[in-house]
Amino acid sequence: MTGAAYSRELVLGFYRTMFTIRTFETRCIGLYRQGLIRGYFHPYLGQEAIAAGVCAALREGDYITSTHRGHGHCIARGGDLKRMVAELFGRATGYCAGRGGSMHIAHITAGNLGANGIVGGGIPLGVGAALGAKIRGADSVTVVFCSDGASNNGVFAESLNLAAAWDLPLILMIENNQYAVSTPIEQAAREPDLYKRGAGYGVDSRLIDGNDVFEVHRCTLEAIETCRAGRGPVLIEAKTYRHLGHHVNDPGHYMPQERLNYYKARDPLTTCKTFLLKEGLAAEEDVQALEAEVQREIEEAVEFARASPQPSVEEFLAEVETY
Amino acid sequence: MGAGATVQENARVIKYREALNEALREEMRRDPTVFLMGEGIAERGGSYKVTAGLLEEFGPERVRDTPIAEASFVGAGVGAAITGMRPVVEILFVDFALLALDQIGNQAAKYRFMTGGAGRVPMVLRTQGGVGNGLAAQHSQSLEALFYHIPGLKLVMPSTPCDAKGLLKSAIRDDGPVIFIEHKLLYMAEGAVTEEDYLIDLGVGDVKRVGNDVTLIAWSNMVPRSLAAAEAVAAEGIDVEVVDPRTLVPLDKELILESVRKTEHVLVVQEAPRRGGVASDIASIIQEEAFDYLDAPIQIVAGKNTPIPFNLELESLCVPREEDIVQAIRRVAGRV
Repeated sequence: MTGAAYSRELVLGFYRTMFTIRTFETRCIGLYRQGLIRGYFHPYLGQEAIAAGVCAALREGDYITSTHRGHGHCIARGGDLKRMVAELFGRATGYCAGRGGSMHIAHITAGNLGANGIVGGGIPLGVGAALGAKIRGADSVTVVFCSDGASNNGVFAESLNLAAAWDLPLILMIENNQYAVSTPIEQAAREPDLYKRGAGYGVDSRLIDGNDVFEVHRCTLEAIETCRAGRGPVLIEAKTYRHLGHHVNDPGHYMPQERLNYYKARDPLTTCKTFLLKEGLAAEEDVQALEAEVQREIEEAVEFARASPQPSVEEFLAEVETY
Repeated sequence: MGAGATVQENARVIKYREALNEALREEMRRDPTVFLMGEGIAERGGSYKVTAGLLEEFGPERVRDTPIAEASFVGAGVGAAITGMRPVVEILFVDFALLALDQIGNQAAKYRFMTGGAGRVPMVLRTQGGVGNGLAAQHSQSLEALFYHIPGLKLVMPSTPCDAKGLLKSAIRDDGPVIFIEHKLLYMAEGAVTEEDYLIDLGVGDVKRVGNDVTLIAWSNMVPRSLAAAEAVAAEGIDVEVVDPRTLVPLDKELILESVRKTEHVLVVQEAPRRGGVASDIASIIQEEAFDYLDAPIQIVAGKNTPIPFNLELESLCVPREEDIVQAIRRVAGRV
């Protein structure tokens, strides 16, 4: 990261998004432990810089497809925290009216086509969003978030090829957190540098530090420019690491402490905050005020979810008849 | 426009494949968000010429040849549909839909539901199935039961050129997703199709032959075969009513039950293997909702529970032949 090019507004925005994701996940894990949130919950803790950096580079009319670890993407793409917590509670006011939950959370009007319960399942959907935009002549870019796990699924290769064959305005963002559930990438692939796969498909490919929000943002901006110029797709591999296991009930014993410590020492929030203070873009009090505001918003969202009604059984049964 | 009994006015006789081509052409002219993709559909015009001439009229952006990569291009159809397009995606053989089942069953079928109704997938997945002339086990299947079973998919299986055109136009305008299964032996079938613009609503079946003694329910290529069987037994004094639901999801239950209440004898004819098939489900609906009207057990004539063999004689034994249907009609009518 280098100093002067970054405005206070932009960097505070990065920090705010990342802090919101961090606090949201931490708070919701607590609610999960209390039994208020059920089902699967895959925390985005540790990977915040990727969603924050990418989405800060997007504009209205751009699309994203998310993963089963999708809360961070939803927040970074402007998701309403109230509707998010409500969805995790399965309430009628949630993004999916209690039909989807964590793994299917979507905010279509903001261009977030949704999380996905199938690893890799969202990749072709993103290809389609980019294809539709190209046919319409719209100046829109689609970012597909996917994982190292998804990169070994067939649709990854097919989609990379299809997007390349058709010059689609698509950015494939591999969040390489180095585990497919519990299997390390070194076991799942001979070549753990996944960005190298792009070359074989004729796709411009980059390797970046996924814990550095500045690098994520800069690289995404360049990729967007490439796509808007009709030279897409672009493949980006962002190396990162989860702070927890695969989901909230996975203690992640298979993650070596040494490597976890390495990545925690490169916590994207700490790095960003240090930058803010060191470059004089914000004072400690400013950051504290921002954090207090985010925490208040999250508490409001939790209260909103608690107070929200359960989905109507009658409406559901009427909906069932339409299938 | 309209609910769609057979349209006769200003009719010409055209082929099933030509009717499908007209449907695509008309909808593409009407709506710029409609586009096509599939294997060999652009330059080549499709294996069965359904998309012939469309590349020339609509250009390469809207008529696209895909790589042989079903999972990704079907999924791309879903993604394009979610974001405002109306893709018609062609899978060359329904057998190849198995390569794209995640995108069909987990993504397309469930998207509207999972998003609490916020999303829509107005995609048509056109494909063709059934036995042909020695295409063997991986190009001859009738897989409609798979799609029938997954909530969230609509399922259309037209038997005539007129139905094919009106139903495909409706499918394209539907908020979907719609699985549209043609039959490889029907592409050259001819029938009257009006020059007027018309739609046939999904969920509206059609009585292909009016009769009083036996209700015979069949779809796709089993319809012409059943009609031939019905004519064969007419000389014996058995008057068969042939009901073609045309769409299996939604199913025109009322049309079926109305006929059953009239004839009190039921035969369901299905090309697909019997085990776990749609025919069994239709039979169960009838016994549940019209049991008191039945004068005889419901009969099912279906394909054998086997992969389809290459050898033509063996192949012909695997799906209902006209004589199998004739015998079943006699059985259900108590004439054996």
